[in-house]
Order: sequence, then structure tokens, then C-alpha cells
Amino acid sequence: MKLFTFRGGVHPPENKAQTENKEIEVFSVSKTLYVPMLQHIGAPLEPNVKVGDRVLKGQKIADSEAFVSSPVHSPVSGVVKKIEVMPFPLSGKVKTVVIENDEKEEWAELTKIKNLEKATKEELLAMVREKGIVGVGGACFPTHIKLNPPKDVTIDVLLLNGAECEPYLNSDNRLMIEEPHKIVEGIKIINKILGISRAVVGIEDNKTEAIEKMTKACEGTGIEVAMLKTQYPQGGEKQLIKAVLDRDVPSGGLPSAVGVVVQNTGTAGAIYEGLVEGKPLIEKIVTVSGKAVERPSNLKVRIGTMFSEILDYAGTNRESMDKLVMGGPMMGMAQHTENVPVVKGTSGLLALTKEETNPYKPKSCILCGKCVKACPINLLPNMYAKLARFKQWEEMGKNHLMDCIECGSCSYICPANRPLTEAIKIGKAKLRTMKK
Amino acid sequence: MEKILKMGPSPHIRTKERVEDVMYDVVIALVPALLMAVYVFGMRALTVTVTAVLSCMVTEWICQKAMKQEIAIFDGSAIITGILYAFVIPAFMPIPYIIVGSVVSIALGKMVFGGLGHNIFNPALVGRAFVQASWPVAITTFYYDGSAGATVLDAMKRGLDLDTSLLQGGNPYVQALIGRMGGCLGETSAIAILIGGIYLIKKKQVDWKVPAIIIGTVFLLTALAGANPLLHILSGGLFLGAFFMATDMVTSPYTEKGKIYYAIGIGILISAIRLKGGYPEGTAFAILIMNGVVPIINRYTAPKKFGEVAK
Repeated sequence: MKLFTFRGGVHPPENKAQTENKEIEVFSVSKTLYVPMLQHIGAPLEPNVKVGDRVLKGQKIADSEAFVSSPVHSPVSGVVKKIEVMPFPLSGKVKTVVIENDEKEEWAELTKIKNLEKATKEELLAMVREKGIVGVGGACFPTHIKLNPPKDVTIDVLLLNGAECEPYLNSDNRLMIEEPHKIVEGIKIINKILGISRAVVGIEDNKTEAIEKMTKACEGTGIEVAMLKTQYPQGGEKQLIKAVLDRDVPSGGLPSAVGVVVQNTGTAGAIYEGLVEGKPLIEKIVTVSGKAVERPSNLKVRIGTMFSEILDYAGTNRESMDKLVMGGPMMGMAQHTENVPVVKGTSGLLALTKEETNPYKPKSCILCGKCVKACPINLLPNMYAKLARFKQWEEMGKNHLMDCIECGSCSYICPANRPLTEAIKIGKAKLRTMKK
Repeated sequence: MEKILKMGPSPHIRTKERVEDVMYDVVIALVPALLMAVYVFGMRALTVTVTAVLSCMVTEWICQKAMKQEIAIFDGSAIITGILYAFVIPAFMPIPYIIVGSVVSIALGKMVFGGLGHNIFNPALVGRAFVQASWPVAITTFYYDGSAGATVLDAMKRGLDLDTSLLQGGNPYVQALIGRMGGCLGETSAIAILIGGIYLIKKKQVDWKVPAIIIGTVFLLTALAGANPLLHILSGGLFLGAFFMATDMVTSPYTEKGKIYYAIGIGILISAIRLKGGYPEGTAFAILIMNGVVPIINRYTAPKKFGEVAK
């Protein structure tokens, strides 16, 4: 099989072995669930339930009129105990609906697409939104918008991101191994929405079982499977498109500019479950790992489950835990507390020890150029760091700062531990506020 | 009050490799050449190397104290400077000169610019240039097997027969490859330097293109000029310069394309000095000159940003 890849990137210790052969376990449903009103990129939602209301499993409990938004649903049947502003894992605080589980698992009446053949694009898109489906890879962009590109662009390929290039994580990997048919059916629906026929699933070559299972599931459907070199950030949209299709997404542009729509394999699975089975997005497969965790595992968790419960279940040593990260170690978000709930974008929960985070005092830059070599966008991270020290934000902007995808490869590889990605993030934030 | 966990932006993991590891990789890579130096020049090679390394470390310690910097003499960089400086001077140069050169390497070559990472010129070569200007005879007096004479490059420059040079009898190419000849302490054995160089390339500390282009350019230009290209690349400081000096991270370009132009520039300058200049050998000056142009090279060889072409 041909091996596809891009220029640049890094190859951190994969740390996949701890969980790659662990079957997905269904995590026991909590007594109390905390459902944040912001689980996507866009406007926060307004709850349509009140304290004391009884809600059913899968019932829509919040929505918004805003264009970029996606509704959320109750993960259990039970009673709304309170609605208040609470911390949530995407930093800061947000209005959260707290539901007491009555353990009856009583489903709300579920709408679904009855006849896939006859359904129109509009019906399908409306249903994708109705089921609260967002990009589950972590970015959480509402899927119904991504699947509805502007009229003036022509899409000819759907790319499925099964790279899972972040170390530790195996949630996409396990879904591809255990339920490949859901992904394949989801891909068919997406292609029907986009009105195209070509779809390629990109999977890194360290996931041999997933490649095997997906190839088998794709047989006879015309869906292609492309084997990717294990290299971070292979799953970055622009990198994936470059690797598989050899197309360059223009600076500042979206994948649609080169005729591509990229979706996570998990999102394809969610579309199948939502449209065919009628299940809204109320569950997530979460990889719990890191050296501070005794029993690394892949768990199917209800949205709204507190991180602390999952960490307890996996046997987490709080003493040796240096950092708690939601997502992968390269682009995930550090959490200041474990009392925040699982959201739609939670793909992993990592309790990392000092041995893994490897903190040490930054030294002088020795101009080794490793960051320049690693940058998948061909930028000069060392130069940004220097400019940031002298607060030259505008100069940073002139040098294409905004093209940085914040993959973290430069900071990872720096032998002097210079805060490169960090300087870039500060620069970007400064530039954004300056524009306002 | 619940414990607040450690925050901080991604990435949350860091490579295990530190600056020290990079530096000690270079030190390890220099060991084969050191062993060959001992083989060719006897224990004198060790005396010279140890003297230079210790002088460099002491100088760095004094400078860092004076500049109120953190003491970092064991980060490996002063050790490399000491070894490289020892390698580019004649084995039997008087010890005081060796010490002065080492002090200059660190003090004027590195610390005046602010320390590791801030210097423009290769410190060891700065030390060598200083000695060359101060004691021109001492730095061009070479011994081999107890007798003084001309190096291979010198003999070629002056049109002398190779038999009169400090090259061991036998097949001149084999002897030059092994390093059985007079010359600067660590420069004589091309094969030992090559082994160290391959180690650095394997360890990804060195881009193989830089030494390959430098050596290739010299080979090509000396061949075109009608000189003996094989002897040109196997003798003198070319291998040491190409593998260990031109690849010094601090003083060479950090862009991929820049490294190539830089290497071509060094190759051309070495050939020009050797063939047309006043000195028989030009590796040190060629690298020093190109060091000076590195900022400009970096500036004009910034990689093309992803997606820029497509627009």
C-alpha cells in the first residue's frame, strides 16, 4: 500500500499501546450530569427547560437562533436540578444544565430519516443539525455548516480523518475497529449531502487493525482507504489534504477552496447514529490514559459526566499527575480542575506525569533550526519567539503568523525548550484584539 | 478549597532531547578523530586537547561569573569549542599559544556576543584566526614522525613533489584517508572524521547536504582547475570543517535552502583560497567569511509558506 505524508512535523512517542487493544467499555452512567450550553464553536445556547422539569434521554434541552450553533440533548432521563454558570473544559465558565439521573433510561421520541434514498439534501442537513452533530475530533465546528459549502465552490472529494495523529488517543481507532460499518454508512450519507461520489479515509500506518477493518467495510462501496505515515500532525486538515490529494489549501483559505470537505471518522459515525438510528450526540468515546492512570481504557461516556468520575474509574494517582489534559498532548487543553464535564469535543482525558510533560527551564536558542524543519506550514517559529519578546506583534502578523495551525510541533521539538507555540498564541491573540 | 491543577498552553509534552544532548552528540562524534590524533601524534594530542578544553571551560566560567550569567560550562558547548580549537592547530605548537587561543575562542568568539546561541562566528575558528595573526610561524610549523616539513596542501601549492611533504610513504590517497601525515591535530584522518560525521547525520544533528556540498564543490572546482581533487579533499581541514564547523548550528543558517547556499559558498571560498589565495589552506577563513553572511542568507531563504503557491 502506498504511504502518504506531508512535509515537516514531528514524531513524539506514540503511547498508543496502552489503549489500542482495549475494547470500548460502556461507562456506567452517573447520578448527576452537567451539560454545558457551549459545546461547539459559535454562540452559546439558551436552555429550553426549567429547574424541576422532567427531561427524557435524547430530548433537546437547548438551542439557539444563531447561524453557527448546534443544539444539545439530555444524556439521560431525569429531572433538571439546577441551571447555573459553572466551569467547563473549554476554559472559563458557561451556563450548565444539571440533570439528576432517574436511571430509567427513558428515551424521548426520536425523529429519524425514514427513507435515506428519497431524502433531500436540505432534509438531511436539517437532521444533522437537529441531532447536535459537531466535529467530534475536538474543534467542534457544527457539522451541518461544514457540509453545506458556499454555492461558488465545487467539492469533489470527501476526506475522512482517521489519522488520529495525537499520541495516546485511540477513540477514533477503536471506533474504526469495532464499528466500521457505521462510519461507512455515515460517509455515504455525507456524500449524498455533498452530491459527490469520491471519499477517501486516511488512517496512519500504526493502526493496522483499523486499516484492515475499514478496508473490508469499504469493499464494494467505492470508498478508498489511504495509509498515512505516522507523523504528527498528519490529521491536520491542510496536512491531510496535502498528503492524500497533493492539494495546497491556500493561505487563509478553507479546504473547500481546493474542492475538499474534511470530516472526522467519528463524526461520520455520529451522522449514521443520528440520522439512521435517530440517536442525538449524547455519548462520546473517550481514551483515558497517561502514566498517572493505572487502568488506561477506552470508555463510551455520556456527555455531562464529570472528569473526576472517569479518573476515579481509571485509577488515577493524583499525586503523580502533573497535568490533566482534555484531548491529545499536542493540542489538547490543560484543565485547572477535574470537576468539569465531558463535552462533544472530548476525545481523550490524559493524566500526565512529570516524566511525560518533561518540564525544564528554557535555555538560549542555539539556532538549530529543528523548529523550522518541523513546522508543517513552513513558518519560522524561532523568529516569532524573538519578535514576541520585543512585542513586535504587527511584524509577526506581516510574517504570516495567522497561518500557524498551533500544532505545537516547534515547541515539542525545541531542545532548548523555548516557548515557541506559546509566543505564537500570544501574538495571535494580540493581533486579534488589535484588529477590533 | 480544591486543588488547582497546573495549567499552561499546549503542547503538553516535550522531547527528551535537550541542548546538552545535542552538544554531547557532537563531542561523541569527535572521539574517533581524537583517537586518530593520538595514533598519529602520540600523547601530545591528548595534552593539547585537554589543555584547550580546560582553558575554554575556565574562560567560560570567568566570563559567566563576570556577566552574572548562570554557570553553564558543562552544557558541552565549551568542550566542543576546546576540542575543535585543538583540532585546528598544529600538534606541537607551544602550550602558552594554545591557551591564549582557547581564551580568545571563548571570550571573543562567544561570550562577548552574549554567550551560547548569540555568537556570529565559530568560536574555535576565531581562536585559530587570532593565533594565525599573532604567531604566523607557529601555526604553520608542522611535524610528523619527529621531522618538520610541508603539509600536502603546502606542497601542492608550491608545486613540490609529494615525497617531500609530511605524507607517509605508500599510496598517497590511502595514507591521506587514514591520516598518516603532518597537519593540524585533528584534521589529518578523513576516515575518522567521516565516521563521526555519519554518527551526527544518523542522530539528525547534521544535515548531510552541508558536508556533501562543501566537499563536492571543492572536489569539482579543484578538478576543473587541474589540481588533484582527491588529495584536495582528503588533506587539510576540509573534512573537519565540512562536518563539524560548517554544521555548527549557531553559526550556520537555520533554513533548509540557506544551508545549501551556505555550503556552496564555503566550497567556492575554500577552493579559491587554496588555488589562488596566499595560503595553502582556506577552510577556516572560508567558514568565518560565510558565518558573517548567515543572517542575510536566513533572511532571503525563508521557506515558502504552505499554501502560498496555490494562490
